[in-house]
Amino acid sequence: MIRFQSVTKVYATSGRPALDDVTVEIEKGEFVFLVGQSGSGKSTFLRLVLKEEKPNRGQIWVAGKELARLSHWKVPALRRQIGTVFQDFRLLPNKTVRENVAFALEVIGKPRHTIAQVVPEVLDLVGLAGKEDRMPDQLSGGEQQRVAVARAFVNRPMILLADEPTGNLDPTTSVGIMRLLDRINRTGTTVVMATHDSHIVDSMRRRVIELEGGKVTRDQSRGVYGYAR
Amino acid sequence: MTIASVLTIWIALTFLGGAWLFNKQIDATKDYWFGKIQISVFLTKDVTQTERDAISAQLNSLPQVDQVFYESKAEAYQHFKEQFKSVPQLVKNTDPSALPESYRVKLKDPKKFQIVASAVQNMPGVDQVAAEAQALKKIFRLFTGIRNGMLVVALAVLVASILLIFNNVRLAAFSRRRETGIMRLVGASDVYIQAPFILEITVAALVGGLLASALMFAIKAVIVDVGLKSAFGGILTYIGWGAVWSTIPYLLLAGVLIAAVTAFGTLQRYLRV
Repeated sequence: MIRFQSVTKVYATSGRPALDDVTVEIEKGEFVFLVGQSGSGKSTFLRLVLKEEKPNRGQIWVAGKELARLSHWKVPALRRQIGTVFQDFRLLPNKTVRENVAFALEVIGKPRHTIAQVVPEVLDLVGLAGKEDRMPDQLSGGEQQRVAVARAFVNRPMILLADEPTGNLDPTTSVGIMRLLDRINRTGTTVVMATHDSHIVDSMRRRVIELEGGKVTRDQSRGVYGYAR
Repeated sequence: MTIASVLTIWIALTFLGGAWLFNKQIDATKDYWFGKIQISVFLTKDVTQTERDAISAQLNSLPQVDQVFYESKAEAYQHFKEQFKSVPQLVKNTDPSALPESYRVKLKDPKKFQIVASAVQNMPGVDQVAAEAQALKKIFRLFTGIRNGMLVVALAVLVASILLIFNNVRLAAFSRRRETGIMRLVGASDVYIQAPFILEITVAALVGGLLASALMFAIKAVIVDVGLKSAFGGILTYIGWGAVWSTIPYLLLAGVLIAAVTAFGTLQRYLRV
């Protein structure tokens, strides 16, 4: 589903590579934690999958396509197969919960009746039934992140990328979000989650890829956050 | 911000259109005068047939002369009536026989008028030799000056309006970056994301173009029909309303193109993946 082959990424503003000769393969339906300190290359990894950045060296395949050969105008089609969730939720503050989720479908030209059908379904899935008409600032952090997950998943993507989705949430709320991501993973969606949260990683016991200074230092199935703690 | 864009586009296009109208005015005047006669040889009232023939023969023998037309008193009156049809009082009070008969001479090279004029000036039967084209040169120079001045102003304001549009679109893109960021993330196409920005500024340009078009009519009505006509009267031909109508599509097109291209270029830089 996602394959990195000797991928190196150096940003123009820094001499040190953000990713250094990374080779990783993630299968369809996997749940993968991407761990490591700030600046270890987790976000760069996710940005490369979305083709928001281009690697300096190496090849990347996502959903069967080699990204370097993907022409510019086909990038939107790629992104329709990938849902993305961020630490800061990125909701539109002047739209209701329902409108925020529907927005993702409107801008890719889905017909109105489809939107009217799938938006309540996904809001029900993430546990926000009954709160469709709230504004984001009337919701708790956990609820806002549920809206973001609903928006990322409403188009039923093959891949869900989550960049520190629990970074702004308290532990109890985080567990709720993790249950949600796990549920989404069980529908067959590949989930890649970058995180700092050792409790979550330790309790989920899923594949862990650890990055340090842009290199993969550990790739372990059913892993924990770190060896020595 | 958008209002500022509309205003600068309006002013830029007004000067551009004004320069164009003046250019048409120059062409109209040139066509009329340079196309027909450069020298008029007016004959005395008591000119004889022998003298006429001698003058005609002399003109035709000159190598600088292209064509010679004879204009009788009756024809002269006819032209006079046409030129001053806006002043019927003048036409009514002019005796048809008061206008002199003349030879109208077309030169191969209008600059050689002096040679031709001196060759016939002192012949019997010649009252006066007039080189109207020479007198008109000053007017042409004036018009050309006005046109060039307008072009310079137009270009300067055009540059200002392009910079404003650039800034305008950049600010709009910045203030809506949250929406456009999400749009990109969920896979909206470039066209879908960029179209609203381009459309907005294009509509602004269209409004500016329409305002400029309205001013074209004002320029024709005030500067040409009142200003120039009172200064130069019947010696010039003037552009008609058709000339104004034909500039309008180009003005609108120019405004829309400038705005759309500038906006598109700006978005390539500030709304990129």
